[in-house]
Amino acid sequence: MKNGLAVTIENVHKRFGAVHALNGIDFTIQQGEFFGLLGPNGAGKSTLINALAGLVVTDSGHLSVMGFDVRTQYRDARSRLGVVPQELVYDPFFEVRETLRFQAGYFGLGREVEPWIEELLDELDLADKAETNMRSLSGGMKRRVLIGQALVHKPPVVVLDEPTAGVDVELRRQLWSLIKRLHSDGHTIVLTTHYLEEAEELCDRIAILNRGELVALDTKEDLLARGISRTLHIHTREPARTLPPSLADKVKCITDDYIELTFNLGREESSVMQVLDTIRDAGVNVIDIRVEEDDLEDVFVQLTREAD
Amino acid sequence: MAGVLWLFWKELVRFSKVAFQTVMAPIITSLLFLVVFSHVLEGRVTVYEGVSYTEFLVPGLIMMSVIQNGFANSSSSLIQSKITGNLVFVLITPISYFEFFVAYVAASIVRGLMVGAGILLVALILVDVPVHSLTVIVTFALLASAILGALGIIAAIWADRYDQMAAFQNFIIMPLSFLSGVFYSIHSLPSFWQTLSQFNPFFYMIDGFRYGFFGVSDVPITTSLSICLIALTLLSSLTLVILKSGYKLRA
Repeated sequence: MKNGLAVTIENVHKRFGAVHALNGIDFTIQQGEFFGLLGPNGAGKSTLINALAGLVVTDSGHLSVMGFDVRTQYRDARSRLGVVPQELVYDPFFEVRETLRFQAGYFGLGREVEPWIEELLDELDLADKAETNMRSLSGGMKRRVLIGQALVHKPPVVVLDEPTAGVDVELRRQLWSLIKRLHSDGHTIVLTTHYLEEAEELCDRIAILNRGELVALDTKEDLLARGISRTLHIHTREPARTLPPSLADKVKCITDDYIELTFNLGREESSVMQVLDTIRDAGVNVIDIRVEEDDLEDVFVQLTREAD
Repeated sequence: MAGVLWLFWKELVRFSKVAFQTVMAPIITSLLFLVVFSHVLEGRVTVYEGVSYTEFLVPGLIMMSVIQNGFANSSSSLIQSKITGNLVFVLITPISYFEFFVAYVAASIVRGLMVGAGILLVALILVDVPVHSLTVIVTFALLASAILGALGIIAAIWADRYDQMAAFQNFIIMPLSFLSGVFYSIHSLPSFWQTLSQFNPFFYMIDGFRYGFFGVSDVPITTSLSICLIALTLLSSLTLVILKSGYKLRA
């Protein structure tokens, strides 16, 4: 057993017919990390998560949760893993509390779990819906029950597969704060998402998958630092024809009021100054300056495009 | 309490919540058969010496319901969970494929026995049914509901849609259970149909079960018992192999 690792993924392959859904994926997740798994649709994120949960049987390679192999030690591995599936799945025969109680039961938990279920109902703001049938809940409430089901056996590792897909802004914020709280309580969180804003807001370390391959694995900061550049936008009223040749090719658009010049810059502070010096030397009158930082989306687009 | 017991308990709670449909309805259907057929045929047909047609009919109707409900319980629960997707919540737990099998089959047995006992109790109001051997009665009821519980798991895993499941039920389970000697002794059939009936496994369930009431049967009780035990062994093994492989459940 490897200490300190929440999840180990070693050279995992999975094919579905001609599609190589997971092509030699290999990385680890430390205990206590907030880990993001990103990638476009069909990248293999859900396949990887399902392999971890035992819902997908891999062709080769090894996966383990808290040091327990998901195949040979599946009972230990599964009891340490909580999974929030992507789809709003529920059993229409049962009420909210029953759903949680049965789920805890499948993990062999007896009466001792009941106070925790009450706590979960409170935490998830479902206490007044405890006796309501799953069918009658709104989408947001069903999503919270799914989270409850994933947490009911107190797993150290929680995997959330696109938890905020199709969720309104308010609920997304609520879910984010709930997930942050779980993380600060000591859970290792693995989040898949294709909302880059979400990964940027929450995750410490990020893996990017594309077509079954790992195209990037880094801390959020380092991944952002890989970004192409910052972009400097300068507005001026000078007529385009008076601009020196070094600036003329920077004209991005011309409106009735101004001309916009754009400069792609490196990360160093001095490069902004260099541009401004050039502008001043050319005697160009500046009416507005704006600096745009690349976000994760630019990095993501760049990385997944490179891989193509 | 172990996970397998909770899965079993969940299955019981599931069908109890719709007991009107899962327990009451089959009891009423069987009673309608009993009333109508006995009214029309009583006194005209004698199958076994000293056994009235209405008496003869009771064990067959009970067994037919045990068969149909044993199948319906595991198959309908599993296909619903599979199609709606909530089965993942069972598949991601430490419950093993063997425990999964045990929980679903045990729930089928409970529902089969409840429906069977219900029909017997109500039938006893209308007609006196002798009991030759309670052990034989219970043994065959257990065997039949377990066999059909296993078959229900196979059908639900195989079917991708509700209509495929319905086809399995309507074109295999229903005809085989109706044509298994519920309403007649196979000795009253032309020889071709007699021979054909001997290939119907449900015939042995009903014949052995009926022996438990009257002490007489179409084929020796040891034959029925052996065939039911073989069927249970084969179907259980097949179900376990399918569950172990993860066929259509785990990608």
